Amino acid sequence: MTKSIMIVGVGGQGTLLASRLIGHVLVEKGFDVKLSEVHGMSQRGGSVVTYVKYGEKVYSPIVDKGEADFILSFEAVEGARYLEMLKKDGTLITNTQEIYPITVITGGASYPAEPTQKLSKLCDVKAVDALALARAAGSEKAVNTVLIGVLSNYLPEIEQDAWLGAIEKLVKPKFVELNKKAFVSGREI
Amino acid sequence: MKELMLGNKAIARGLYEAGVKYVSSYPGTPSTEITEEVALYDEVYAEWAPNEKVATESALGASLAGARSFTAMKHVGLNVAADPLFTSAYTGVNGGMVICVADDPAMHSSQNEQDSRHYARAAKMPMLEPADSAECRDFTVLAYELSEKYDTPVLLRTCTRVAHSQSLVELKVRQEAGLKDYVKNPAKYVMNPGNAVKRHFAVEDRLKALKDYSETSPLNFAEMGDTALGFVCAGSCYQYVKEVFPNASVFKIGLSFPMPLDAIREFAGKVEKLVVVEELDGIFEQEIRAAGIRVDGGKDLFGNTGELSQSKIAAAMGLKAKEVSRFGEPVPGRPPVMCAGCPHRGVFYVLSKLKLTVTGDIGCYTLGASAPLSAMDSTVCMGASVSMLHGFNTVRPETSNKTVAVIGDSTFLHSGITSLTDIAYNRSISTVLILDNSITGMTGHQQNPATGYTLKMQQVPPVSLEKLCEAVGIRRVRSVDAYDLKAVEAAVKEELAADEPSVIICRRPCMLLKYVKPRPALSVEMDKCRACRSCMKLGCPAIRFEGGKAVIDANQCAGCGLCATLCAFGAIKEG
Ligand SMILES: Cc1ncc(C[n+]2csc(CCOP(=O)(O)OP(=O)(O)O)c2C)c(N)n1
Repeated sequence: MTKSIMIVGVGGQGTLLASRLIGHVLVEKGFDVKLSEVHGMSQRGGSVVTYVKYGEKVYSPIVDKGEADFILSFEAVEGARYLEMLKKDGTLITNTQEIYPITVITGGASYPAEPTQKLSKLCDVKAVDALALARAAGSEKAVNTVLIGVLSNYLPEIEQDAWLGAIEKLVKPKFVELNKKAFVSGREI
Repeated sequence: MKELMLGNKAIARGLYEAGVKYVSSYPGTPSTEITEEVALYDEVYAEWAPNEKVATESALGASLAGARSFTAMKHVGLNVAADPLFTSAYTGVNGGMVICVADDPAMHSSQNEQDSRHYARAAKMPMLEPADSAECRDFTVLAYELSEKYDTPVLLRTCTRVAHSQSLVELKVRQEAGLKDYVKNPAKYVMNPGNAVKRHFAVEDRLKALKDYSETSPLNFAEMGDTALGFVCAGSCYQYVKEVFPNASVFKIGLSFPMPLDAIREFAGKVEKLVVVEELDGIFEQEIRAAGIRVDGGKDLFGNTGELSQSKIAAAMGLKAKEVSRFGEPVPGRPPVMCAGCPHRGVFYVLSKLKLTVTGDIGCYTLGASAPLSAMDSTVCMGASVSMLHGFNTVRPETSNKTVAVIGDSTFLHSGITSLTDIAYNRSISTVLILDNSITGMTGHQQNPATGYTLKMQQVPPVSLEKLCEAVGIRRVRSVDAYDLKAVEAAVKEELAADEPSVIICRRPCMLLKYVKPRPALSVEMDKCRACRSCMKLGCPAIRFEGGKAVIDANQCAGCGLCATLCAFGAIKEG
């Protein structure tokens, strides 16, 4: 069985590193893995999406409607935007941090009130204040490792050491300890 | 050892392993990382060229000299390189030569979604289409063997989902290819009519030989399963089809021009229904039909626009859609924006304020077209801002004092300089703004001839934009600090009033560059803010309104100071 993870967020939040970290761990575990990223325009504060798929044999690198076992959302309404990608029995792991898009800041669009609560009525939601945990670990930039920590609880086939090993390999040495701390704080939530 | 690799990195690996010596490219999403990755190998010479035509010609020169050579570009880059492309099919190669072209169906980061497969047919050049990273590596290595065996450049076509997906790749060692002897051979390389007439016959003969190869090549093969349904597909479409119909029969195309039509005919005879799945144009379908092979589904099912995916293919084939939940409330759009502190912002603020007609170009600054700045009237292709302004002003001279072109530094050197020469030579009274942020921003920070560094970070004398503009015949050339709103406005007004062509270079490095020191964030003194919303006209992502007052997000603010300049009440301060 192929499992699908969709990572959504705002350009600049570190979603790309998150998918690469998850991919790295899954390859070490011996899975066939595909990741898909879109570069370019999406980096400048736009909505960004990456996919991670793994199993015995993976064909398509993209996650499509109703296929995601997990959506890992770095921002409160991004999960809502991509909700139709989630499997009926899938889980949305979401950061409760709200980042207003330019359409809300200067345009007429409005930001939905209490998106996380509304989402909880529509699917299985695990909500965390990843920004607070990242700050506690030492940097707001560690939101991505906090969320990976939360996700790790849903992937029992992978033990903690494999995750920490991947952080050591992929994160700049200077930031390894901080990110390990952030990961553990997410995992222990 | 197997490694998870981006398709583009796998192509770079293939180049390394194939003993490629020379790589010259111009950046363009989704092709850019190939050249960035291959530059990390000391054994390979790699450079950024000013544009794709130059890159392709220099790669052809390296091939002529006997080296295995390479160039990569996005789909529209091949339009720029089309001239050498067509005639290099006539000359053929000495050292193997591969041209990678990366299509962008769905236009994740492009201005059109043209289908590069047409170029293989038009230029009569073989084309390979990998479907994942392992094939990116393998096909790249094989492309050099084909190039040298059949004496032709080879096109390697990817798309966003192949170029920017990661999958497992088996690494091998580099096989040095050495330099082949260079022997002067005007009959093959001097394409005057007398020689080219003969070479055209060689091109046609080569195509016949390649067609025969295509029929039996291991790149084109049938995977027989359930014979009720047979698909013909290539590249990412193969992955989508296999995921939706794991048991169906599939004919996978790897060498997509010339097509293996006899092999497809044989496959079609074994299946009850033949469906051709391809993104963009119905090229495979037309050629299969033209060969007299029955096709039961193709463009009538899948359409000519955008990307395909599992769900689109399933829906087109009449399968029931998966059950999904929807949020049920509108979710506000989140388009990309100019970063906080972007040096382009102030320039567009001025253009918007002065209500000018702006012919635009392609780069981060195309975001100046978005609200609230909305200061762009056209965007077509690289360099077009300057030449379109010339045409516009020539037929409407009475509004030339209300019309400007904006173009980035990399784009100007790519093809704006020839357009500016047209302005100078044919004397339209035009004002061109070069937005020099000292980097090729849009595609992720590549060096260019004006930055003073090469791809391999060698320091070199930078092109002087001032001297270049003067040399083509523009007498009024001046530069301003892009953060200085007053200076930008004054310069634009003065140059628009002048009755000869002029260039304003708005200069300030991209604030994402490592050497740019962050300035302290600004904040709003609440009691001074009169809620006039002047600062909001900048469309800065760091400024929002909360409780009827402006608030600056200290984490995002880059301290550029534009908002403080605009605030008539002195409410925005450092710290
Ligand atoms: C023919 C062609 N080649 C490449 C591209 C990809 N591309 C789009 S914008 C851009 C560079 C823009 O750089 P610059 O002009 O310096 O502006 P900046 O993004 O830094 O503001 C490139 C390479 C393209 N659109 N067309």
